[in-house]
Formats: sequence, structure tokens, C-alpha cells
Amino acid sequence: MLDFQQLMQILPQQLVFGVTLGMIYGLIALGYTMVYGVLKLINFAHGDVYMVGAMTGFYVAHALGFAGHPSMVGLLVTLVCSMAVCALLGALIERVAYRPLRGAGRLAPLITAIGVSLFLENTGQVLFGADPKFFPPLLESREFGRVGALSISNIQAVVLATTLLLMAGLEFVVMRTRFGRAMRAVSFDAPAAALMGVPVDRVILGTFVLGSALAAAAGILVGLSNPKIDPLMGIMPGIKAFVAAVLGGIGHIPGAMVGGLVLGIVETLVSGYLSSTYRDAIAFVVLIAILLYRPTGLFGSAQTEKV
Amino acid sequence: MRRPWIGLVLAAALLVLLDAGLPHVLNPYYLTILTRIGVAVLAAVSLQLINGFTGQFSIGHAGFMAVGAYVSAALSVYLGAGWLVALGAVLPVPLARALYFPVPLVAGGLAAALAGLGVGIPALRLRGDYLAIATLGFGEIIRIAILNVDAVGGARGFSLTSAAQPAADLRYDGLGAIYAVVALSVLVIARLVYSTGGLAFRAVREDETAAESVGVATTRVKVEAFVVSSFFAGVAGALFAHSEGYVHTNSFAFLRSFEIVVFVVLGGLGSISGAILAATVLTAAPEVLRGLGEWRMILYSLLLIVTMILRPQGLMGQRELGPLRWLATRPRQRHAAA
Repeated sequence: MLDFQQLMQILPQQLVFGVTLGMIYGLIALGYTMVYGVLKLINFAHGDVYMVGAMTGFYVAHALGFAGHPSMVGLLVTLVCSMAVCALLGALIERVAYRPLRGAGRLAPLITAIGVSLFLENTGQVLFGADPKFFPPLLESREFGRVGALSISNIQAVVLATTLLLMAGLEFVVMRTRFGRAMRAVSFDAPAAALMGVPVDRVILGTFVLGSALAAAAGILVGLSNPKIDPLMGIMPGIKAFVAAVLGGIGHIPGAMVGGLVLGIVETLVSGYLSSTYRDAIAFVVLIAILLYRPTGLFGSAQTEKV
Repeated sequence: MRRPWIGLVLAAALLVLLDAGLPHVLNPYYLTILTRIGVAVLAAVSLQLINGFTGQFSIGHAGFMAVGAYVSAALSVYLGAGWLVALGAVLPVPLARALYFPVPLVAGGLAAALAGLGVGIPALRLRGDYLAIATLGFGEIIRIAILNVDAVGGARGFSLTSAAQPAADLRYDGLGAIYAVVALSVLVIARLVYSTGGLAFRAVREDETAAESVGVATTRVKVEAFVVSSFFAGVAGALFAHSEGYVHTNSFAFLRSFEIVVFVVLGGLGSISGAILAATVLTAAPEVLRGLGEWRMILYSLLLIVTMILRPQGLMGQRELGPLRWLATRPRQRHAAA
């Protein structure tokens, strides 16, 4: 048993792990929350898009020969290729599985989402094989910086920097562009936005493209820090990221990031200090505790019911 | 059909015959699949009560199955084996078994109902998708909690063999008896939702505010639906545990919950016949497609997507078939028709 002083000594290091994990949850959660915003749909296939992102990264890195030669350029090219592939995949999923069900209630698309999720997992097992693969080391792991006893590896630094950049990019797209304004309008009131001439279907498609690209980035970043990847790797992080999105108030973009961070930190602390067997349960305990006090999440606004 | 009770008695007799006769006709593989279909049907119909009839959205049903499965299994292993041996000493063995096996089923159901009450009261304050994710969370918490209890095997799984009474056979896979339990449970749920009191469930589904304004105690009705539904999920779990003879928490992960939601939505929200149909077809499909090897689950998922796109309202919509249709008709309408 560690005494209190030792506990406090490893705390900052645990927090770094927690923040890194939380940023990745946050990136995936953004996709859930944006899609929910415009479509009021829980896109259960999103975790599997993240898996496809990691897998694409694996094949791209090997095909272009970055696998044996770690470099920043290799990482960047892999990241962009994987994001592009997943953006296309996201658009395809929306077009094939969700658009035909527009206006058919909210549960039918939920079931096709589960169907798409099963499809990606099982196709992944046939195409990539069910055995885990090892993501090529695109960066040589070394210490990036040190603050007192706290050590930050270059991989953690890349994860943090990439996530922050992507978030800033998303913030810019959502708040400063025509598309972003259209997206916010659809999210606020889709029928009214349609009446104002916003091309709702195209905005929804664009939202899927954005969200899926972010999930792909999360897949690559996870591949860097935790190289074992397999076709079912998306299931648990997918659910956790969804929890993070709900935690922050689903439909609320900064809320998803905060939810991801809360979840990542709590999970790391629990598996570090208590027991890793409860790791997967703690996310849900936190979620339920928060929902009981704030039934619409941390930043979600309560909907008034009209009679 | 004027008197469904006669039909029921006939059905019961038929099931007893099946119980004795089927193992001579079908090989164990088919019997296992038929058993799993029975369990899936019961799980689906019980969830239909919450999702289809009361309009609440629960996606953590496997958690309640887990409670039923594990409580009944622990009861059988730690206490029941002794009772079974004692009963077997004074009664013929088949009779002793027939007398004993309802006990773990009811115990599993009651334990799950209690869990449903504990989860339902806080969770049902939430609405829509927040309720959904909370039920999913409770389901996972239940599963992981069980995973950490060593008395029921933890991560090793829990085998229904008693160390104290190794001679006691705690497996019960008589198909007729299993289907009798499933049929009885479905009948109870159907009678409940299509009774006068059961109108309250559908009132809450259609418009909660309007229901409240005409005096329906909406929170109470929702908790009732949750508890009854959990009870039957627990019975389904107990049936599963005793027919397989082994339980593992992996059987009750959230993918299982999703599967049950798929049965309910694909069958048609608010149709018991639909839930039965979808649970049967979708449990049998992966086995029927087994010849396709690794492609079968891909085809299964595509079938799911295509069916949902072609019939967004579910296979049956809100309609019922056969005896269920008779039950679903209000007595006054029955008179009018006659």
C-alpha cells in the first residue's frame, strides 16, 4: 500500500496520462455530439469509424514506408490520409444508412446505426483479421520535457498538440464559417433552417464528414500511444466517448471535450489508485452521478416542454 | 377464437409432449438454438413493455437478465442442489425436478424486479436519450459488479455444479417446459398491456403531459413498467442460466442489450407479435447463415440495415397476430364485431 506522500508524488504523472486519454475520448465524443446536434441521432457506428481510422493508419504507414522510419512527416501524412478515408466513410454511412430514414422517427436510424456498427466490426474481422495488429511506431518514443519529477513523452505532447489544433480548427469551422453557421442553425431548429434556405441534408453530410475525420485522428493518436489495434477496438472507447458526450450535455461541442477530459482523468485515477477491474464501470458511475444532479449533462440546457 | 383458454390448455399438453419427444427427434444443436430463441423471445417481449408500450427508452436490459441469471444460479448451486437431492429422495426424480425448477426462475425474476425498482426510481426522472444512456450505464455497472463477486466465479464464469451435492443435476433444458414458461410470461405481459389498467402505459407513451392531466400517475406507471419488465428479464436470465448450465458476464454485455433493443424496434414498437417474430428470426439467422462462414455476420448486419430502411415502422408496426390480436382488441370492440 502506498502512503499518502507517494500517492501525491505520482498524482501529476497520473494526471498527464488522464488528460491524454481524456483528449482522445473528447475527440471521439465531438463526433457523437455534433451528429446528435444536427440529427438527434446516437450514431452507434462512430466508435467503429475510429477503429477504421486506426486501421487505415496502419496500412497507409506500411504502404508508404513510414513504418520503419519514424518521422513527423510520416505521422502527418498518415494522419491526413486516415482522416480523409474516414471522412469519406462517414459520408457514405450517412448517405446509405441514415438519409433514407429521414422523417421515419428516431428509433429506426438507431437500429441502422447498430447495423452499421456490426457491419464495420465484422467486415473488419474479415478484411483485417481478428488478431491484434501492432501500429507502426511513427515517432520514436522519448522524453519531450520535464517539470520537476513530471515527465512528458513526445508522444503525449503530440497527442495534446494535435487535439488542441483540431479543436481550434473545429471551433473556427463551427463559429466562423458559413458551413458552421448553417450547422448551428440546423442544430437549433432543423425545419426552420430548411425554410431559411439552409441545405439541411448537405449540412448533415458535412457534419458526418467532420466528426468522422476527428474520430480517425483519435484512432491514429491511440495507435501512437497504445499500439495494439484490432477490429473490435472501437466498441469500448465508442461507448465511453458517447458517455463523455452525454456527460458534457449532448449536442454541446465544448461540453464533449470537457466530458472526455473528466472521464479520462477519473478513469486513470481509478485504475491507478484503486483497481483496474472497476475501470470500465467508473465511467458509468460518474455519468449517473452527474445525470442525477444535472439531468441534461454539465452544459446541456433543459428543454421546456410545450403543451 | 372465443375461448383462448382451451387453446392454452391444448398448447400446454403439446409442450409437455414436445418436452418428452423432441430430444428423440432433433439433435442437441437444434435444441440449443430453440432454447436460445425461447430466451430471446422472453427478453424481447419484456423489453417491449418499457420501450414499445410505455414509450421509455431503455437499452440496459441485459443487466437485469444478468441479475436473474446469477441470483438463480447461485440459489441453485448453494441451496437448491441440497433441496433437489432431498426432494429426489422422497419423490420420483422427474417430479422433484419439475417441482424445484420454478423456484430459481421466480427467485431470479424477483431479484431482477428489485434491481429494476432500484434502477427505475432514479433513472426514470431522466428523459429520452439521457434515460437510454443511464440504463446502459446501470446495465454495465451491474455486469462489472457481478464480475467482481468471487462467490459466483468472477471472470471465470459460473458453472451450475454444486461442490456439496455433485450428484444434483442443476441443468434444466426441457424444451417444452422452457416454452411453457415463455408462453405463460408472454401471456401475462399481453394481458397486462391490453387490460384496462394497461391503457395507462400507452397513455404515457402517446403523450406524457396529456396522460398526467387526466390523472395517470405517470412516474408510478413508468416504474411499474420497469419493474414488471425487469422481472421477466430476470426469468429469461434464469432460464438461460439453467438451460446452458454455465453463465458468464460476457453474455450480458451491452451488445446483448442492443440485440434486445433491435428485436423490439425491428419487430415493431408496441407489438408483442413483432417482438416474438424479430427475436425468433434474428436468433435463428446467424445459425441459418452458418454455411457462409465468416461472411455470415456481415450479411446479418446488412439484412438488419436493409430491413429497417424498407420497414422503418418495424416488421409488424403496432399490429398483433393470432391470439395476441384477440387479446389486443378491447372487449367493447369484440362485442361490436360479434
